[in-house]
Amino acid sequence: MTGTPVHRRTTAVTDGERTAVPKSPARRAGRPGARRYTRRDLVLLGVLLGIPILLDLALIWGPTLASVGLSFTTWDGVGDIRWVGLKNYDDLFTSYPQFWPAVRHNLLWLAFLGLLAAPFGLLLAVLIDRGVRFSRFYQSTLYMPVVLSLAVVGFIAQLLLSRDQGALNAVLGGKNPTDWLGDPGINIWMVLLAACWRHTGYVMILYLAGLKSVDPSLKEAAAIDGASERQAFFRVVLPTLRPVNVIVGVITVIESLRAFDIVYAVNKGRNGLELLSVLVTDNIIGEAGRIGFGSAIAVILLLVSLGFIVTYLVQELRGEEQR
Amino acid sequence: MVQSTFSGSEAHGEAAGRRMSRRSLLRGAALGAGAVALPSLLTACDSGPSGVTMGSNASDAVPKKAFAAAFKAYEKKSKKTVRVNTVHHESFQENINRYLQGSPDDVFMWFAGNRMQYFAQKGLLSDISDLWRNFHGFSDALKKQSTGRDGKQYLVPYYYYPWAVFHRKSVFRAKGYEVPRTFDEYRALAKQMQKDGLVPFAFGDKDGWPAMGTFDYLNMRANGYDFHIALMSGQKAWNSPQVKQVFDLWRGLLPYHQQGANGRTWQEAAQTLAQKKAGMTVLGLPHPGQQFSVADRADLDFFPFPEIDPAHGQDAVEAPIDGFLMSKKAKDKEGAQDLLKFLATPHAEDIYLASDPNNIAVNSGADTAAYTPLQKKAVQLVAGAKQISQFMDRDTRPDFASTVMIQAIQQFLNKPDDINGLVNDIERQKKQIFAAG
Repeated sequence: MTGTPVHRRTTAVTDGERTAVPKSPARRAGRPGARRYTRRDLVLLGVLLGIPILLDLALIWGPTLASVGLSFTTWDGVGDIRWVGLKNYDDLFTSYPQFWPAVRHNLLWLAFLGLLAAPFGLLLAVLIDRGVRFSRFYQSTLYMPVVLSLAVVGFIAQLLLSRDQGALNAVLGGKNPTDWLGDPGINIWMVLLAACWRHTGYVMILYLAGLKSVDPSLKEAAAIDGASERQAFFRVVLPTLRPVNVIVGVITVIESLRAFDIVYAVNKGRNGLELLSVLVTDNIIGEAGRIGFGSAIAVILLLVSLGFIVTYLVQELRGEEQR
Repeated sequence: MVQSTFSGSEAHGEAAGRRMSRRSLLRGAALGAGAVALPSLLTACDSGPSGVTMGSNASDAVPKKAFAAAFKAYEKKSKKTVRVNTVHHESFQENINRYLQGSPDDVFMWFAGNRMQYFAQKGLLSDISDLWRNFHGFSDALKKQSTGRDGKQYLVPYYYYPWAVFHRKSVFRAKGYEVPRTFDEYRALAKQMQKDGLVPFAFGDKDGWPAMGTFDYLNMRANGYDFHIALMSGQKAWNSPQVKQVFDLWRGLLPYHQQGANGRTWQEAAQTLAQKKAGMTVLGLPHPGQQFSVADRADLDFFPFPEIDPAHGQDAVEAPIDGFLMSKKAKDKEGAQDLLKFLATPHAEDIYLASDPNNIAVNSGADTAAYTPLQKKAVQLVAGAKQISQFMDRDTRPDFASTVMIQAIQQFLNKPDDINGLVNDIERQKKQIFAAG
């Protein structure tokens, strides 16, 4: 996988080390040479591969194509399905006041998690990895929010930030308390902070695991070659962490596009906290039953996701070729 | 995992062990699949003829207990069983579409007005006109609210609760406030309260619906009940001068409303009234009472929303009716009808209200002797009403209320000055939604 080529590219020291490690030769010798598949194996393989493929088709591709199809219709979930062409998209772009704010908020979410939370998580990981005092304590404290679901984070945010009964305003006091979660100009930032709080811990633990596996001799070699600590980190350590970087990138994109539970817990994703996922839910689930219209929003979300997925895959495949 | 210093037979054992584990893994997977499928099979099986099923959205403690008492009385009387499936109040509403198309309960709790007619029109409810012929004690207004657009009856009304302006008697007495009758007096009173250091109107709209009550009353007082109904059914334009006037009147009152309404629940708003920090609030009968301590409850009072246009006076009262419907797919139709017949009797309502005195019985034969003074006053309010409206989210289409109006009103509360842009936005969306049919 992606881990081994990095090793191969790096200095000969590691390669030498690798061959030096005795690799249980007895077991390797014990394996049968050429694989021959019996009929039973083929059936088993067919079943084991077939079930996931069928499930994939039924649970992922089926609904996806159905959504795309429904987005060109109007349907309330009960009566007839009527074809309306691109009308849903037209309505969406021109006269659905919540749509553009939702797109903006999703992108803001991505930027915030990607440019703030992830680097901050890396910073914390590096600090802890270098062995500050009480690093175990910091590690567990910072990781704690990750075990909470975002809906719970939303409830905690309410306890802290509610205008009249929140802890923050009780501490700040003052005659005109700030409405942290009710003011549409502020609440998105507060929710992003809360999401960030959780995401940072997640990213930190991933990088921490990555950093622990970086070969110390790499850093030593860099130091001997006269690299400053900064250079050593950015030129040597960070490239070694490429697999972790990819994972962090992927989870950041996923987290920002599927963001839903925290805003739904705070105020059902209205009044400044609109997100595409919330609009889909509002229109399709709920009493509304505007399934065609909601599907159109879902298709937009799909297109945005596809943009990221395709970019990622192209990068990965190209990277594979180069190596 | 296994050290390879042992002999060949050991290696055999290892291979056998691996095959065993693969087989047992498959077996485990099959069992797992069975475990997933089994409960749904079981639920499919247990739809035996063991009584009527009741879908309940009464998930709060007080109404849940009260309904249980009423159903128990029916079980005792009829020797039949009622199996109640209680679902969280908001979730029940949100899932109603899927619920009614899936395998709904025989009878379920719902609301009167458009919100019921919408589902009747979709053919998801059972016509109970036959039962209605033998019902007694329901007024014509109630019958109208229980009737679908096809002229047939679908709902058995159970109780209602009027909306009004709530306040504390002791606060009014201490400060010498008078109950306002006209809008000018209302505004003057609000101004005076602000001068006295009170928040004139406790106000929370985080859930999206509470502010609809204020809109409805302003609209019905300024433009009348008929306009309200026409507007809600999509016949009148939202960017008409009448609607703009309503928002404009509201904007004039907003400085007297509690700030930051979009971040506050109605419960928190009602608490400021209970704490005597606020002077008044526009809510429904059960709402403020729940937030008052038992000792303070007698201090709670209300007055009808003041008059704006003398032509409409204080004619209309917003009094949402809750009741029971029979689903089209009911399995035990006779049992369901028998239960509905019972629920339409004044006795059934008495039992409910004994445990939940925050509502009013709809049947004129119900026993009002045990009513609190507030309940009695509420009865008078509705009895004196020339028209009874339900509520914005019950008088209009559910999709319009939930995807357009909640957001529009919250936007208005954030930016009250752009009324033209707001009503044009609403009208554009209204046309799309009502055109969808």
